Amino acid sequence: MIFTILSVILILAGLIFFLGAAVGVVRFPDFYTRMHAAGKGDTLSSLLVLLGFSVYQLRDFQSFSESWIILLVILKLIAISTFFLITSPTSTHALMDAGWEDKVKPEIAKGRSNHLEEDAPKR
Amino acid sequence: MEKETTNLTLYRAIVFGLLMVIWVIFSGLLDGFHLTLGLISCGLVTWMSSDLLFDDREIGVRDRLRQAARISVYLFWLLWQIVLANLHLLKVAFGSADLRQPQIVRYKTELKTDFEKFLLANSITLTPGTVTIKILGDTFYIHAINDFAAKGLDGEMDRRIGHIFEGSKSNVDAAGSEA
Repeated sequence: MIFTILSVILILAGLIFFLGAAVGVVRFPDFYTRMHAAGKGDTLSSLLVLLGFSVYQLRDFQSFSESWIILLVILKLIAISTFFLITSPTSTHALMDAGWEDKVKPEIAKGRSNHLEEDAPKR
Repeated sequence: MEKETTNLTLYRAIVFGLLMVIWVIFSGLLDGFHLTLGLISCGLVTWMSSDLLFDDREIGVRDRLRQAARISVYLFWLLWQIVLANLHLLKVAFGSADLRQPQIVRYKTELKTDFEKFLLANSITLTPGTVTIKILGDTFYIHAINDFAAKGLDGEMDRRIGHIFEGSKSNVDAAGSEA
């Protein structure tokens, strides 16, 4: 029972972060800031949801000899989270870079810098 | 010369062992038939493409183990940073427009090898609020969503990643090109 409650809490926490990401996508002003929300609001949230799944798997854990298959499921979930941690920032970076190469204008706040504009090779 | 061949065999054995562990985790079937299939396919992959993993075989296995231990410590620190930064981004997403000051900043790194730069770029992108747009030489161009996120780039990540690879000799040259 305790494991079920704990997993529900973890999954709900993950969903709150997902909601934050979705709200960010709608509210942020330009392509680059929206990529912040879309590409990375989901790192912590998917980790939390997967962690919740792992904890839920533990609910009928008896002993190692009986329930080792549950541990394998948890290891698979960990493999999925590792995959997320590598692919999610890579794809976010690839999209942002593609946006820059495609001359999408970033919205820069007043008085803040855009060093890439100054340094980038002229095209 | 002698040492190099043992290193090579050892690396092959490690690659095979890693693949086999992954096979067992993903199959979950421990009967003779499936284990034999696993042995055959892991052996084939190791034979054909074991040099895709661990590109620099000059580094001793002891150094690799130390790197692995340090990387796990680093990952836990990074996870904690991700939690903190995600909480901040949640506030920005729901808060008013005053919380956003989008900007693109320069970030000079001391790191030399491609892998270190890859790790740093991915870590920067993982912590919400900052995304690496471009790497030109040893300068990173980072889009930060507000001043707080831009201030977070204080070189601590840089230092920690440098510490992981400290002390293990490597003769892979630093590639100055765009990553």
